Amino acid sequence: MKDIKTIIEKYNHDPSQLISMLHDIQAKYNYLPKDVLKFISDKLKIPLSDVYQVATFYKAFSLKPKGKHIIKVCLGTACHVRGAQRILESVERTIGVKSGETTKDNIFSLESVNCLGCCALGPVIVVDKEYHGKMSPDKVGNILRGVEIK
Amino acid sequence: MKIRSSKGLERLRKEIIAKMNTKKTVIAICAGTGCLALGCDKVITAFEEEVKKQGLETKVDIRETGCPGFCERGTIIIIFPERICYCNVQPEDAAEVVSQTAQGKVVERLLYSDPATGEKIVHEYEIPFYKNQKRLLLGNNNRIDPKSVDDYIALGGYSALAKALFQMTPEQVLEEVKKSNLRGRGGGGFHTGRKWETTRNAPEKPKYVIVNCDEGDPGAFMDRALMEGNPHSVLEGLTIGGYAIGSNEGYIYVREEYPLAVENVNIALKQAREYGLLGKDILGSGFDFDVKIFRGAGAFVSGESSALIKSLEGKVGEPEPKYVHMSEKGLHDKPTNLNNVETWANVPFIINNGSDWYNKIGSENSKGTKIFSLVGKVKNTGLVEVPMGITIRDIIYKIGGGIKNNKKFKAVQTGGPSGGCIPEKFIDTPVDFDELTKLGSMMGSGGMIVMDEETCMVDVARYFLNFLKDESCGKCAPCREGIKQMLGILNRICEGKGKEKDIELLGEISDVMINASLCALGRTAPNPILTTTKYFRDEYEAHIKNKKCPAGVCKSLVTYKITDKCIGCDACVKVCPQKAISGEKKKKHIIDQNKCIKCSACLDACKFNAITKG
Repeated sequence: MKDIKTIIEKYNHDPSQLISMLHDIQAKYNYLPKDVLKFISDKLKIPLSDVYQVATFYKAFSLKPKGKHIIKVCLGTACHVRGAQRILESVERTIGVKSGETTKDNIFSLESVNCLGCCALGPVIVVDKEYHGKMSPDKVGNILRGVEIK
Repeated sequence: MKIRSSKGLERLRKEIIAKMNTKKTVIAICAGTGCLALGCDKVITAFEEEVKKQGLETKVDIRETGCPGFCERGTIIIIFPERICYCNVQPEDAAEVVSQTAQGKVVERLLYSDPATGEKIVHEYEIPFYKNQKRLLLGNNNRIDPKSVDDYIALGGYSALAKALFQMTPEQVLEEVKKSNLRGRGGGGFHTGRKWETTRNAPEKPKYVIVNCDEGDPGAFMDRALMEGNPHSVLEGLTIGGYAIGSNEGYIYVREEYPLAVENVNIALKQAREYGLLGKDILGSGFDFDVKIFRGAGAFVSGESSALIKSLEGKVGEPEPKYVHMSEKGLHDKPTNLNNVETWANVPFIINNGSDWYNKIGSENSKGTKIFSLVGKVKNTGLVEVPMGITIRDIIYKIGGGIKNNKKFKAVQTGGPSGGCIPEKFIDTPVDFDELTKLGSMMGSGGMIVMDEETCMVDVARYFLNFLKDESCGKCAPCREGIKQMLGILNRICEGKGKEKDIELLGEISDVMINASLCALGRTAPNPILTTTKYFRDEYEAHIKNKKCPAGVCKSLVTYKITDKCIGCDACVKVCPQKAISGEKKKKHIIDQNKCIKCSACLDACKFNAITKG
């Protein structure tokens, strides 16, 4: 919990900075562990139910560990009219899990997102921090294989 | 080094310009998120290495810029001072472009070629996509490195702030903004000056000013482009606003999905503080103002003003009833003024050029320019900035180059999930706040999604409802339950199980939601349904009565078939994930309808147009 203490101190124990703290914790652990949320609640003197409410309301936070690589398929309007649903289905078939799930070997987590702001190049997927524009279902396999090899 | 006076700023500007070697050629490469999706980072590295390799460091500079807007042709490169524009640039092109540029020559093959005439166009300003725009706010995006405050100052940056602080009283600044008739660019179109005035007149202190960069509308990315590409212009506008309103503390709320915007704003804040353009006693004027950046955490509804305030306070971003205005009780219950990124970016222009000048741009009740993200089934996708009052037709055909693959135009969707779909018969409507509202849609933040004959309007309505189902905070029943029920009906229609009275039922639920929802998300959620049932009722009826999807989108109503054109090349067999296609080589194949998941892979793979859907 030493790391968590450092994070809380970074934001001066300020309860209004809860979201920023959770961002840092999510970045560190890839999810928000239960005991950490309890610890935060104690230290900031906010009820655990409030911390939990924030942690579950925002999409950036996850209560379950995520995979090593995170795949985001954009389902924004521009991507949608250019066939984003088919891209998502293609990714789902390739890695064998549905949107919102993580593969059993913890390699991939699949998420669908509402808009990444690269609308002109839709459909778009992001693997970890790498953006891939003008996607088509047949390109999915190659991109994901490239990631696995790395 | 802190600047202590207005004259000091002018001195600094002269020094920066003098230091800039104007004889040097600048190769400006887009480093925005859009081009990043096309691999511009590799292009930039290749160009930098090439300049070194060819020993041209003294003659050629590489500048990483924000988004110049023409994303369709990315990676875009503009060569200054001539403004030669190269499209679809790849890392392999670096050697040729660098060496030819150093010799003052043009690389023909990378120029934009007019799809109609095949003519090659050399300069950025001659390309139809740019020629028909008025790029007031976006114009500097390719002229500056967003990570350099010096670049911004060289182009006259922060002169509006100096003018406001030294030549105008806060009341005069407010008056100028009021007279400019600037209206909020975030969607509402509320009169900005009047909003500022209410916050200024509110008795309590301290007061806060906030930039809303929680650009949640899917299909819109103008705020991202401004924040990433020219963050100082927004900061300058915000600081001027703080001065006029009597606030010493500003916030920038950036959505989680825009990491590059956060990075560039953080750099901009640091540089502005170093020069004394933010912080205590700005430019020696006695005015204190500083800004904090706040990262959202992924919730569409948090872009709503009262929800955004909750989120800034570290709570769940749910909207509040609006009987108390945030201009009186906002952040920490103090008077707060919230404006969208684009609204703030307009302010320096108004202060520098005056409200009379500003009033000459735009239509009668909507002044200035507006940035749209022109996306979907249009040839030239990207960010376009046009004077208000331009027609939809001009945007789609003159700037956008018409519909992709020469298909037939069906509709344009504006205003995000709160907006609506405008059909072809209204294509000559002037685009401004009031005209779009009259058609049942709205300006919104400026998304403009073009749809062609292959877009199913029932599916589009369902798409938005599905989006809103995830994003509704669930606090009030009309929105929470209404969206769920409407989505259920739309799902049913798309599956071919629609009932006779479904369209009327959708109308009734819409009425309740419009009248009883707590915030704008719920009140406007029926808009996509109302406009599509009004303008495209025949498509709904085709789904309900004939069990057909005319656009061939709704899976349950579509079958894929192989026609006699099939030569048995096996291309479809190889791509079919279900192994649903069989047949002897060089003979017509067939699709096993029980196995087919309608993924369309075969249709894409077939080079002989031998697969039909319908």
